[in-house]
Amino acid sequence: MSGSSKVIENAICTFCGCVCDDIELTVDSGGKHITQAKNACVLGKSWFLEHKVEDFPVALIDGKEASLEEAVYAAAEVLANAKFPTIYGLSDTTCEAQKQAVAIADYLNGNIDTTTSVCHGPTGMAFQGVGESTASLGEIKNRADFVMYWGGNPAEAHPRHFERYAVNPKSPWMPNGKEDRTIAMVDIRPTQSSLIADIFLQIKPGSDFELLWAMRALVKGRALDRTVEERTGISLDRLEALVQQMKDCQFGVLFFGMGLTMTRGRHFNVGALLQLVTDLNDFTHFVSMPTRGHGNVTGADNVVAWQTGYNFGVNFNRGYPRFNPGEFTTADVLGRGEADALCVIASDPGSNFSAKAIEHIKLIPVITLDPKPTVTSQHAKVAFTTATYGINVPGTVYRMDNVPLSLRPAFDSPFPSDEVVLRAIKERICELRGITPNHKPAAA
Amino acid sequence: MSSAIRIKNGKVYDPLNGIDGEIKDICVKDGKIVDSVPDDSPCIDAHGMVVLPGGVDIHCHIAGHKVNMARKFQPESKRHDVSPRVNELRSGTGGSVPSTFTTGYRYATLGYTTAMEAAVPPLGARHTIEELHDTPVIDKGFYILLANNVCLNQLLEKGRMAEFKEAVAWWLNAAKGYGVKLVNPGGDEPWKGNRNSNVHNLDEQIRGFDLTPRKIIKALIDTTNDLGLPHPAHIHCNNLGHSGNYTTTIETMKTAEGRRVHITHIQFHSYGGEVGKNPTSKAKEISDFINNNPNVSADVGQVMFGDATIMTGDAPLTWQLRNMTNKKWINADTECESGCGILPFSYQEHIYTHALQWAIGLELFLMAKDPWRMVLSTDHPNGGSFMNYPKLIRLLMDKQFRKEQAALANQKAINSTSLLDLEREMSMYEIAIISRAAPAKLLGLDNKGHLGVGGDADITLYDDQEDKEAMFNAARYVIKSGRFFIKDYEFCSDYQGRILHVEPEYDRAITQKIKPFFEDYYTIQFENYPVDDSYVHDGEVVPTKSLS
Ligand code: SF4
Ligand SMILES: [Zn+2]
Repeated sequence: MSGSSKVIENAICTFCGCVCDDIELTVDSGGKHITQAKNACVLGKSWFLEHKVEDFPVALIDGKEASLEEAVYAAAEVLANAKFPTIYGLSDTTCEAQKQAVAIADYLNGNIDTTTSVCHGPTGMAFQGVGESTASLGEIKNRADFVMYWGGNPAEAHPRHFERYAVNPKSPWMPNGKEDRTIAMVDIRPTQSSLIADIFLQIKPGSDFELLWAMRALVKGRALDRTVEERTGISLDRLEALVQQMKDCQFGVLFFGMGLTMTRGRHFNVGALLQLVTDLNDFTHFVSMPTRGHGNVTGADNVVAWQTGYNFGVNFNRGYPRFNPGEFTTADVLGRGEADALCVIASDPGSNFSAKAIEHIKLIPVITLDPKPTVTSQHAKVAFTTATYGINVPGTVYRMDNVPLSLRPAFDSPFPSDEVVLRAIKERICELRGITPNHKPAAA
Repeated sequence: MSSAIRIKNGKVYDPLNGIDGEIKDICVKDGKIVDSVPDDSPCIDAHGMVVLPGGVDIHCHIAGHKVNMARKFQPESKRHDVSPRVNELRSGTGGSVPSTFTTGYRYATLGYTTAMEAAVPPLGARHTIEELHDTPVIDKGFYILLANNVCLNQLLEKGRMAEFKEAVAWWLNAAKGYGVKLVNPGGDEPWKGNRNSNVHNLDEQIRGFDLTPRKIIKALIDTTNDLGLPHPAHIHCNNLGHSGNYTTTIETMKTAEGRRVHITHIQFHSYGGEVGKNPTSKAKEISDFINNNPNVSADVGQVMFGDATIMTGDAPLTWQLRNMTNKKWINADTECESGCGILPFSYQEHIYTHALQWAIGLELFLMAKDPWRMVLSTDHPNGGSFMNYPKLIRLLMDKQFRKEQAALANQKAINSTSLLDLEREMSMYEIAIISRAAPAKLLGLDNKGHLGVGGDADITLYDDQEDKEAMFNAARYVIKSGRFFIKDYEFCSDYQGRILHVEPEYDRAITQKIKPFFEDYYTIQFENYPVDDSYVHDGEVVPTKSLS
């Protein structure tokens, strides 16, 4: 309605993996602009307040304006004619759109991968190796009296993680909030986050695995020599005291970030951490969780996994899903020059992949779906402008702890959603490839 | 295309209508079974075939957060068990926890057309529904976990029974659930809050509450009956897997005091012996109790040799198994609602306990006097994949085969049971009961599990073969809601299937009591918790019944 502003209560911020669902949005009387985002952090505020419906064309083909239908046809044509089409991105869109993307990969016998492969892919691999003990964030809010962050800086990357979930909240079991908890940080340098910690371990870069393995030994009561300090920067006495504290707590949690997954050791680091947490369960209740970045990267993992059995780096060349990180992960597929078409949803590999991969992107036809122009879309054969999830588009997203939430969009966009575009491309691809229901006459 | 079909010359087994192998026409129109269809309607000549209602699985784990974790967890079980795309039918992977599309297609290939996901924390209901939408062909619903719900337990300890009942009804509505599941009642609090401990006795006080497991069990049995839910309280008893646990199981059944109750995977709860020592079979004691108490029903939870995945809300149990096997392990707590444990597992013939479990399951099937109350399940994938159902059916129908298989298993275990003395061979009629008619009846699904006029046209045709395993492995025709899904062994067009759920009435004032609890204990807004109707656009509300 024009004339008066509109308020949306309990709106959901998808700017980071915290996926806060207590935002109160005020939309101005024109219905095209958010003027207030109560409860959001500074990142969330800029996500909402800076969102404008720009005057972009809905689609460009070879840089020239095109109708949605023309663009859908052109995109489907590119993909259906490719031998090794690759779909990538997906962590900043709804599960409903992600499902369409996986369907396209399946119908194309193509490749699909999400931004998980460049953030917590090693976590997924370590998880396959050793499992994990984990919990939803509310259980941590309610019960965790020992909270450790390893290789992450939530104060800046997930600004409300402390306040909503793990450090400050009070609960019937933690009546005094932060005072009832011990907060520990492990990082290679002091950060905004380490300022609030009761215990800060500044470790030598690249020594995460050694330190985690040493802690495992101590948990299991094995003797350790003092050289651990030389290697990791942490003295044996400090380490012993820390491990004792971890064993003694009532409910412990270890969060970890890309400081662990994207440094030397990668999935070995995460495997050591997950196994350490498992070991601690011999003594007390202990859980762990990756602090996922993008608003719906957890949803992307889930959708790809339930549809294919694997959560990233999936290839359908043989007509069924295969998984092999390093082979079917997009950075590698592009780096080796294998893909002959690329469809990118809500991501910008053209700006953050390796030089070799970017070089290859420039050689092949690229399709992009994004609310705004990106480096990748500059070179695209077909570039769609899509509506923004959470602000304009409803749908399902998953918080970093796998809790699913339904978005409460603030206002309509003139642009179609990723889901609508992908569904249309899928249907056109099925037409081009002759994939139709096997309607047979009803009689036998 | 006309939607009418006539199936003629088939041997029909329809126990709910008392039909035992009669040659009889079955007519289908607009998704339902009808009296007759025009003579020129398309026709299947089912000569040499057996016609059964579509199978109904009363207890399996096929969708939601824990299931998906189990998928991501086990690439090793998928690599060699793939399911290629067939035209528009989507591809996938198998193992004991198949991907969603593969789950739906494989169930349908066996002739199953309905399945119930058995353990969903309401906070994860949206996730379960999203996966169920991607689980084609079958109709499906899910049970919500309420026996370790902190809010409900607080109402219960204060004796606020009226509000307890309203809150249970609210929760079913909010999650779009089908029924109420109890898992290890009272065990979550010591697990999460007291260094991974557990409750062991129905009358022991639960840490942090002025409550016992028995009080929770009683309250949920009464409430599910009072609400007139189509399916009663569905209970995974305390002490699963422990030697000597059969007394807990019998105590749990007694707690019902004559009211309807369903005990799930009862095989895992039928052990004698002392805690910490080898179990023995108490199938006889359990069977006697159920035979004499018509208010009690159960599904078996048969163990099948081979790969399985332990996947349960019973986290302490999984931890215990993990410490025995030292395999990779998952624990996943859901705030205020549930625990969860996952572990890859393999049942092996030569291992005493596994062979004993296998034999106890068969004893329970064969000792049941009333097959309507002892129905088929493997607690997929806990006792083994649902893909084992054909073999299980053969074990029940063919005593020679059973003896051969028993000879391959640990003899000390087999000989400690009465399995080899059981000469019973189930008839096709009885198989139709335990895999179709009875589960549908226990679920209160009046339109399923039979071929009478007005029923859902979910129909399976098998070639009548001597080898029942081969026969049940591949349905020749599967008709789902009146449409062919499999025709002459081949997939036809895809079909989505419906979400079955209940909407018991409740007093809206209860939300004012629950909301403050959310503010204290949960991390999502109360208003964002209920699953809205858009998630069940193709759903079917199964009515609650007036009280009997
Ligand atoms: S913490 Fe993350 S989800 Fe929450 S308001 Fe800030 S940016 Fe948004
Ligand atoms: Zn189960």
